Amino acid sequence: MARVWMFGNDVNTDQIIPGRYAPYMLKNEQDLRKYPFVEARPDFAPNVAPHDLIVAGRNFGCGSSREYAPLALKMVGIGAIIAPLFARIFFRNALNLGIPCFTADLTQTLRDGEQVELDIEQGVILTERGMRIELPAPPSFMREIWSAGGIVPYYRTYGRFPGTQRV
Amino acid sequence: MEIMIAPTLSEQILSHAAGYPVRAGDVATVSVDLVMMHDSLSPSIIKVLHEELGAERVWDVQRVAVVIDHVAPASNIQTAEKQAGVRHWVRDQGITHLFDVGRGISHQVLVEEGLAQPGLVIVGSDSHSTAYGCVGAFGTGMGTTDIALALATGRTWMRVPETVLVRAVGRFRPGVSAKDLGLRAARILRADGATYASIEWHGVDFLSIGDRMTLATLSIEMGAKAGLIPPVGPAASGFRVPDWLAVQAGADYVRTVDIDLAQLEPQISVPHYVDNVVDLTELGRVAVDVVYLGTCTNGRYEDMAAAARILKGRKIARGVRMLVVPASSEGLRQAAEDGTLSTLLAAGATIGTPGCGACIGRHMGVLAPDEVCLFTGNRNFRGRMGSPQANIYLASPEVAAATALTGYITHPQDVLER
Repeated sequence: MARVWMFGNDVNTDQIIPGRYAPYMLKNEQDLRKYPFVEARPDFAPNVAPHDLIVAGRNFGCGSSREYAPLALKMVGIGAIIAPLFARIFFRNALNLGIPCFTADLTQTLRDGEQVELDIEQGVILTERGMRIELPAPPSFMREIWSAGGIVPYYRTYGRFPGTQRV
Repeated sequence: MEIMIAPTLSEQILSHAAGYPVRAGDVATVSVDLVMMHDSLSPSIIKVLHEELGAERVWDVQRVAVVIDHVAPASNIQTAEKQAGVRHWVRDQGITHLFDVGRGISHQVLVEEGLAQPGLVIVGSDSHSTAYGCVGAFGTGMGTTDIALALATGRTWMRVPETVLVRAVGRFRPGVSAKDLGLRAARILRADGATYASIEWHGVDFLSIGDRMTLATLSIEMGAKAGLIPPVGPAASGFRVPDWLAVQAGADYVRTVDIDLAQLEPQISVPHYVDNVVDLTELGRVAVDVVYLGTCTNGRYEDMAAAARILKGRKIARGVRMLVVPASSEGLRQAAEDGTLSTLLAAGATIGTPGCGACIGRHMGVLAPDEVCLFTGNRNFRGRMGSPQANIYLASPEVAAATALTGYITHPQDVLER
């Protein structure tokens, strides 16, 4: 089972990782794992476990292009992020790192702290309360990037980017 | 019969870069004309390029610009060491364009250097890379991995964005400027109103390139992938506009927002979200500790000059610190040459090294808990400039200067009429 971590609308990258905690500013870059939501939600980093889900409101990840925001979430093992709308740079960075992001609004359906199980392949969440939630299927190229483990392994495997290519 | 819909500026540029006609919603590989990378993400970009992608060289040493602006000069041994590593890498690769400490903020510098030109696709390791839209380039921000891939291949993939049209009419009243137009648009569109889309700003042909950059940088604060100002009007005359790039009648816009500049009041973005915007007149009395003039949004020569016109012959209020961090060395030089700088200094302001300064809260003016800052920048997120207990209000350079004189957020007309 995995825990649901619930967040509101317009969560920005300064809340996910303040600029002062960038790998650029750290002596040991592995320390990044200690800082997701260090100020916005101090109980997150010490308690988050691999496969936990972030469920958020609209515009998750707005703000900076800092890839270390989704990287910090990857380092703590976040299983997926589910929000009705993602800020585009964050979405792309998360996709590139192979973090599954599903576009759906579950803020009224799930509860903070609740235990659930996510089947990434099927796109289905089963909750401890007995609910079954189907997530909308992402475009196939996104699934391919997740399965490859991110855009770097994807590019190295296929020798191309997603989408139509003529240049 | 098929009805032909004219392409938007983004569709024109991305079609050119894809090598075939693309439309909003298409996913296409496009060629990249210029890659910008700054000190903050360069160490990780270089690592991904060599260690993960296995590329030895960048694809084109003349089409990469490396700028040391985020922590410039270095604040501690870690950043100094990483910057030294970046300089070493630039030399080793033979990259032509390195803009080191003090030259200024990447976006402003690339425009001043003539590297940003209309119709180009420019990707930068910085969300405010929408800035290049000020000259009619398709500029967009990306993270470490995307930039490393662009460096290795000279290409990237894009979902071609829909376009939101912001249409201005009329002229600003005294004390009102491009920042107020940008914040007004954020107030209407909100922080996610242009997500995955691009914004075209029409009716602003009379604005300088600097003012256009104010609008282009603020575009990301509405979620936009790019923010384009058509490369026409007097300010665009020094740029190379390709013959295929122009606004066409009948282009498809997903939403149109009309703003009458003659009715516009100074706008203030209230903590802790950029789209939390009110008219200054609705604000009530807000005392400030710091007035900070700088950033890629409003730290240029003309922003310093606008502030100096209000501060001339006066002193900033007791207990207020006014920090001016020029967006570029060229802006600082101009300000020194025509007396703008001495006016600012005589009023009691202090000057920092051209660059990003305290915008990212790492150095050069970090805020203490409960401090209030009136900032000409682009983000007032909680904790952005230091303590999460500090409060950041965003406004124009004119409001910044008026506020420095009184110690509370002030309408420029109130100090000009006294």
